[in-house]
Amino acid sequence: MKKVFGRPKSLKATPFHYCPGCGHSIIHRLIGEVIDEMNLQEKIIGVPPAGCAVLAYNYFDIDMGEASHGRAAAVATGFKRVLPDRIVFTYQGDGDMAAIGTAESIHAAARGENITTIFVNNGVYGMTGGQMAPTTILGQNTTTSPRGRKEKTEGFPINLSEMLAIARGSSYIERTAVNTPANILKTKKAIAKAFRLQMQGYGFTLVEILSACPTNWKMDPVKSSKWIDEVMTSHFPLGVLKDNSGDKKDAH
Amino acid sequence: MLIKTIFSGFGGQGVIMMGYLLATAGMIEGKNVTCLPSYGAEVRGGTANCTVVVSSEEIASPVASEPEYAVLMNNPSLIRFQNQVQSGGTVFLNSSLIEDRPIRGDLVIYEVPLNDLIKQLSENRGANVVMLGAFIKKSGLVTPETMIRVLKDTFSGKNPAVFKSNRSALMLGYEYLK
Amino acid sequence: MPKVLMRGNHVVGEAAIRAGCRYYFGYPITPQNEIPEYMSEKLPEAEGGVFIQAESEIASVHMVIGASMAGGRVMTSSSGPGISLKQEGISFLCALELPAVIVNMSRGGPGLGNIAPSQSDYFQATRGGGHGDYRTIVFGPNSCQELADLTYEGFNLADKYRTPVLVLGDGMLGQMMEPVELPQEIPLKKLPAKDWALTGAKGRASRFIRSLILDPIKEEEHNWKLMRKYEKITREEVRWETYFADDAKMMVIAFGIAARIAKGAIKRLREEGVKVGLLRPITLWPFPFKAIKEISKKVKHFFVFEMNMGQMLEDVKLGLEGNGEVHFYGRPGGVILTPLEIARVISSQYYQKRLG
Repeated sequence: MKKVFGRPKSLKATPFHYCPGCGHSIIHRLIGEVIDEMNLQEKIIGVPPAGCAVLAYNYFDIDMGEASHGRAAAVATGFKRVLPDRIVFTYQGDGDMAAIGTAESIHAAARGENITTIFVNNGVYGMTGGQMAPTTILGQNTTTSPRGRKEKTEGFPINLSEMLAIARGSSYIERTAVNTPANILKTKKAIAKAFRLQMQGYGFTLVEILSACPTNWKMDPVKSSKWIDEVMTSHFPLGVLKDNSGDKKDAH
Repeated sequence: MLIKTIFSGFGGQGVIMMGYLLATAGMIEGKNVTCLPSYGAEVRGGTANCTVVVSSEEIASPVASEPEYAVLMNNPSLIRFQNQVQSGGTVFLNSSLIEDRPIRGDLVIYEVPLNDLIKQLSENRGANVVMLGAFIKKSGLVTPETMIRVLKDTFSGKNPAVFKSNRSALMLGYEYLK
Repeated sequence: MPKVLMRGNHVVGEAAIRAGCRYYFGYPITPQNEIPEYMSEKLPEAEGGVFIQAESEIASVHMVIGASMAGGRVMTSSSGPGISLKQEGISFLCALELPAVIVNMSRGGPGLGNIAPSQSDYFQATRGGGHGDYRTIVFGPNSCQELADLTYEGFNLADKYRTPVLVLGDGMLGQMMEPVELPQEIPLKKLPAKDWALTGAKGRASRFIRSLILDPIKEEEHNWKLMRKYEKITREEVRWETYFADDAKMMVIAFGIAARIAKGAIKRLREEGVKVGLLRPITLWPFPFKAIKEISKKVKHFFVFEMNMGQMLEDVKLGLEGNGEVHFYGRPGGVILTPLEIARVISSQYYQKRLG
């Protein structure tokens, strides 16, 4: 019998610990598939974050070096400058990337550091228990914005990808989601494109992925997926924010 | 023997270079040397200085609280350092820029009119090296032959003419003080 | 090899390059700016050399982590306030067991303080400074020659033990010029192989380097492993020197620039028949506890001189274990004493104790 679906070989045979409906498992799998398809397992280095994906090295069968909270872009810079012919990516959540690591993220993009960032935006600090994130949208309840985020007191959420698109050193930035089969396929293509552009030396590439956190959103997985479409995307619109590659629009 | 010298002047008058050249010459002659330039906020706003210690023994501190020699290139330097020099010490003054004279009576003073002297040089510059020539003549800390060698090592890399003009400047100062 | 007259900060840069360091990440702060300036000029000329002026001290130390994981010999430098910011990364370097050399040309503190030479970062350097249970090798050089030798040696020890090495200088050491005999350059091919580095899993199983160990039993194992390493370093890497120790009735204990000034003072005092000697720790961690204990069998009076309010003093007292009387004289804030001044303070103690 022909096997038509299996575990990517760049993922270990370890079951994910993530909650039901969490986007991390899907995103891990997509990255694994892209690594396999582009034959990168022997030349890619991942930098996992502090956050829910901190244990990513238990799942990826590739070299991985942990970064402390927010510093992944700096650690990846160190890797890439020593090993310029390897593919280096960071895997970061919204708190990691857009709060504590804002400086590292912006300056890696501004330098045009030839690395790829997978930016998983679920609007909360998942691992620490659902506190307000820099990307928590107005009105959203979290454990540290229990009355809903208000601009007067908690301030506005940050659209970091749009900011990074302004940086001259960034080459490709796209925001996708993993809430529907179509969006999942688009996400995979975006990840593959980002890695390809890195291999071609385009400089900083980033894929922001809107991802559900049913546990901390206090919604079931189906409702979470709908909430991404109905609410989250109005604050964080999907699509290509920047593309210097010369590819045709939306071509991957 | 342990001799401390302070070089002081406006930033741009080449006082750090004077210190560097003297310390290098001392090193070549097999002496212990240290050279401590002023740095940071201290040198913003104009006055730079540099302390050189030349010694036959190990040097404990590169700081000179009571130097034997002070080479002063502008008036603020005179005001700052005239009272720090040891009793019986020697002050070299750039008399083209410094109108005041030390009020102390226990110092040996040499006046060197650098602006007039450099007119004798082809490029009208190199006042710091002219002063250095005068300084080594009277201090005897290093020989002019060693200093010429240092000038050669320091300046002939880019352009041999730069070395030659510096050598002329050195000898001009050396011969000015009798 | 002939000596060259070089500024301390330049000496650090040149010694690092000769030790095979090809990666430098830093951020400007006085009085160490000549280190990044030197590296920015020289590294791009060296084979594979990379210099980045990072957006912060925090970013620069994490670039060091990435480069070290990738197997490079790597360095960063700063001064007091900047080293405070690097503490996060230093804790991670220890936890991740990564080699690196970190130079602190310390200045007056706390806070912004000033840019004058001070020894106020002794605690920060020797007690960890960052979070968690760890140690770093700390060198306290007292001349440009030692800056060269210890920076160079720092890279070897960092690789040998897979641990960061701190070089604790000060503003004066960074700024002053002295004749230096530079160490021999190591060809990159002769650098020790790193079979743990992350280079892409080519022809081998994939591996990872991490400090998150959620299982307390495993974290404890990791801590004990680090402890065994620190014990080995303590046994094998302690360095100190003594001066006029044989017949001394009073021993001065000082490190770095302060030790150098104290040595000048002791030389003067010996000429006057005052029997004082000097013990100078060269490694501040591991600290020469045994040497101090040994001396305390013969000498009962100790004079600790530091350019701070009394930090190494605590280590001296630990080493003495109550044997001997300790007098402390400190000048914080970046004040530099002359050998004559410190000689007066030492001799006043000496005669008050009726030692002469």
